[in-house]
Amino acid sequence: MNLLESYAQVAGADVIAQLHQLAAPLKGAKVVHVNSTRVGGGVAEILAKLIPLTQELGIDTRWEVITGDSEFFECTKGMHNTLQGNRIPMGESLLKVYEATNAHNAETLRPVLKDADFVFIHDPQPAPLLKFFPERKGKWVWRCHIDASHPYRPVWQYLRQFVAPYDASIFSLAAFAKELPHPQYLIAPSIDPLSDKNVDLKPDVIQQTYDKYQLDSGRPLVVQVSRYDRFKDPIGVIQAYQLAKQYLPTLQLVLAGGGASDDPEGEVVLSEVQTAAGDDPDAHVLLLPSDAHLEINALQRAADIVLQKSIREGFGLTVTEAMWKGRPVIGGDVGGIRLQVFNHHTGFLVNTPEGAALRIRYLLHQPEMIQAMGQKAQAFVCENFLITRHLREYLTLMVALLHGAQDRIELS
Amino acid sequence: MMARPDPTEPASHMQPFSIKDCALVAMATGRKARVLQELRSELQDIDTASIYNHFWGGLLQSRFGEREYNNDFASWVRHGVHDAILAERLSALAPTTFSTLESLRQEIVELIDNRLDEAEHLSWTRATQQFEFLCSQIVVFDTTMQLQHPKELASVITTLSISSVFYHFIDARRRTADERDDFSDWLTTFGDEFAPLQEDLASIDPYFGSLSELRDRLGQVFTSYFQETTP
Repeated sequence: MNLLESYAQVAGADVIAQLHQLAAPLKGAKVVHVNSTRVGGGVAEILAKLIPLTQELGIDTRWEVITGDSEFFECTKGMHNTLQGNRIPMGESLLKVYEATNAHNAETLRPVLKDADFVFIHDPQPAPLLKFFPERKGKWVWRCHIDASHPYRPVWQYLRQFVAPYDASIFSLAAFAKELPHPQYLIAPSIDPLSDKNVDLKPDVIQQTYDKYQLDSGRPLVVQVSRYDRFKDPIGVIQAYQLAKQYLPTLQLVLAGGGASDDPEGEVVLSEVQTAAGDDPDAHVLLLPSDAHLEINALQRAADIVLQKSIREGFGLTVTEAMWKGRPVIGGDVGGIRLQVFNHHTGFLVNTPEGAALRIRYLLHQPEMIQAMGQKAQAFVCENFLITRHLREYLTLMVALLHGAQDRIELS
Repeated sequence: MMARPDPTEPASHMQPFSIKDCALVAMATGRKARVLQELRSELQDIDTASIYNHFWGGLLQSRFGEREYNNDFASWVRHGVHDAILAERLSALAPTTFSTLESLRQEIVELIDNRLDEAEHLSWTRATQQFEFLCSQIVVFDTTMQLQHPKELASVITTLSISSVFYHFIDARRRTADERDDFSDWLTTFGDEFAPLQEDLASIDPYFGSLSELRDRLGQVFTSYFQETTP
């Protein structure tokens, strides 16, 4: 069975048929995606599946990764943080490294990029590449995966000079879009239903996870999966759990987060969370390695309810993942969580630990509602946030770019 | 009684019905509103494609099927501006009853003006979420599937993608001379023969419910019509 056939079993044969039809006018086109890492992070995860799927549709698609030294990545990490709102000026010398590294990569990638019909440049790291291709043949698109809605202005102004000449850009949400002199497309992120993080698991795999973390499968469990980051409000989650436990003494909580080694603040937050959890044997604070995808998957499936009580959030793919597993989500009333969680339908939006505690109690007293909301949540993700929808929108965008700015394109 | 063609025989003298499909990709216009007055001001000259998108585009984009309000303006007024009165008035607008998007635009502006006269504080109350004006590009493609006789609609309709249903039943109103759906338009080529079916189709309000519910409803209408009329 090829990849597209595998996805047809999950997303539906009509969805795959539509991809074939949309891809027909793009057959033989040369498409190149460029980012800065082949492993780790959401972008690499998406590209790892998007590339072979596009290839199976008859489109000549490649994935290239730029290289750089530690100074380059120090610069781009700083840039990433400032675009997300950190107000820290960037040193001139680091910006020189940024441009020189892109110039070097442009020469390495020249044979591939100069003749490509479509080039997708992901995030700020390779953004300056375009200026080294005045003779480019194809359409170049800048894909911004981060929440740059409130950037540190001087850094955005610096980056903007590289981004503005692109033929188009893509943002994940309307609120993230910037003022740019070209079409700005909106394409929400997606999850891969066949990845380790989301694939269906046998009951014994879930039971192993219960056993490993000394969880009782006969008692209610709420889970939040997220980095130990104040924006994810892990302390608020513990407060919500403690409030709810006064009424539901058998309640268990798992807070599961990735490694904090590259994030100095993460260690501090983790320590605060451990202190807040105290010696409660039912409050489990887990620090998992970044590749513990199957374990995260099992924990989300073990949960009765998944929490994502963020106080600031980009899109919130952990919400999407939980919903795909048929779990209602109690999420913070912020960012992309609002696009996924609908009160009384797929979960509840909350603003306080008290609100989260109330909804935990409300749902756990009505197991049939947990099931009904979980089913709706799964159907909603299936229709809107699977990688097949993501691919359809990329194909639509490529067809649209071939036809200019018209709002209606009729393919014969 | 009017003679009916044998449904098993292709009606060779008629144009076949080509099943098409479409895909939409959303775009930011860069225009936003933070207060009601600003929404009104932007509405004055925003492209009608954006108004179309905020009434109909939601059906095909990543949004929840059971929306509280059926257009984005009403939803923002309720949840951003927190004015239930104007939200209800805006939600009562049925875009199918307006001959042009221009006249729909004028009615929205009129409703906002009336409300601003009634409640002065809305002129300056800042919304808790900003409204983003979006538009979209639609790519239409041929599925290569063709129907020779209307009876085939009964079995085919439930196999169509929801975007194909959107294209033929909703988007058609922007394309056909009488601003109706493609199925009714095709049935007209058979003279009065399918007039009752056209009436049944005209009674379906596509503005409520999801596209998959609309597809189910169309399936029921076609199935029951052809069951009743087949000798």
